[in-house]
Amino acid sequence: MTQTFLNAVFLENAVLEAEVTKLGCNIPAARKTGTTICGVVFKDGLVLGADTRATEGMIVADKNCSKIHYISPNIYCCGAGTAADTEMTTQIISSNLELHSLSTSRMPRVATANRMLKQMLFRYQGHIGAALVLGGVDCNGPHLYSIYPHGSTDKLPYVTMGSGSLAAMAVFEDRYKQDMEEEDAKRLVRDAIAAGIFNDLGSGSNIDLCVITKGRVDYLRPHDMANKKGVRTGNYKYKQGTTGVLTKSVIKLDLEVVEETVQTMDTS
Amino acid sequence: MNTRGLRSQLKDSVPVTGMGQHVGAYGVQDTLRSGFSSVKNELLPSHALELSEKNFQLNQDKMNFSTLRNIQGLHAPLKLQMEYRAARQIQRLPFLQSSHLALDTLKGNDESISFEDILNDPAQSEMVGEPHIMVEYKLGLM
Repeated sequence: MTQTFLNAVFLENAVLEAEVTKLGCNIPAARKTGTTICGVVFKDGLVLGADTRATEGMIVADKNCSKIHYISPNIYCCGAGTAADTEMTTQIISSNLELHSLSTSRMPRVATANRMLKQMLFRYQGHIGAALVLGGVDCNGPHLYSIYPHGSTDKLPYVTMGSGSLAAMAVFEDRYKQDMEEEDAKRLVRDAIAAGIFNDLGSGSNIDLCVITKGRVDYLRPHDMANKKGVRTGNYKYKQGTTGVLTKSVIKLDLEVVEETVQTMDTS
Repeated sequence: MNTRGLRSQLKDSVPVTGMGQHVGAYGVQDTLRSGFSSVKNELLPSHALELSEKNFQLNQDKMNFSTLRNIQGLHAPLKLQMEYRAARQIQRLPFLQSSHLALDTLKGNDESISFEDILNDPAQSEMVGEPHIMVEYKLGLM
């Protein structure tokens, strides 16, 4: 049953796409998240950060989208790449992790989420365009992973992903220290995302932070509104009475009622 | 979920023979039921992942059975396959969706959610089969 469905999907979509591009029409661009996402491990936990711009080709599709996704009460995941892919992938893994946690009666571990994500992404050979920064605190302490669309993962103390990753990584490489305090870590991530926002076209708008420690998660959205939309300085509406009225004539139109119907709406 | 990949198993994967076309009278493709056929569509995969996904469950099962045989002996995969076959036979009438509950529990799919569970929900399907015709077809009376 599932096999025939999957075959039908491949056949129809892939064949349709090939035929349409042959005729010269462009398939609409998938909404990507352009993006700067990053994470850093500090003394008692970790901080995840993300910008909030979603692009559709050269246009900003969403000025304030949420890129830090919930995986489990102690694990959160930032997503770069195709917005739908990151959204659905993180939701599927979140559901699976919940089932797994109920089945084992334990708090889920970050390594489990990492393994589930990498196995799924490898199965689809990079066609699912989701580049993720996965972070959480479990019984073994804070863990931070970066997961690439083809399924490779890295476990590191600080990671960046997305089109603004180089700008953010430059900030990290300059100022990262082991065992930072929470406020220092938050400031570092905020500056790294700001570097991505101001130096990369694909990232913009606000900075979201997520601070995860043992037993506490602070989801700060927005943590910093780096790009406030400007306020109009003048009022361009004309006052009432600006245009002088010279003459006024009223013409009555004779309209007769032909038919009147009443339609009751079921508003219950 | 997945176990480690075994390269040697991939050579046994099922080759693509056709998209499950209905065969009508005289062994000719049944145009009424499955539409017009295109040789290109049947022979060549239209997506890079088509073959891989088509064989995915089969390859997973092969890997798991092979590991199980090496660890516990031949009886383990044999017993499991017998149970799978028994569970697969529990079906409803042709036009009703079977929940495959027993099969899912045996395979461990009741503890995971994947694309098959989210997309293409049979309750949302736009087409409804004609019950009488489908039962007659299944019984071979058509």
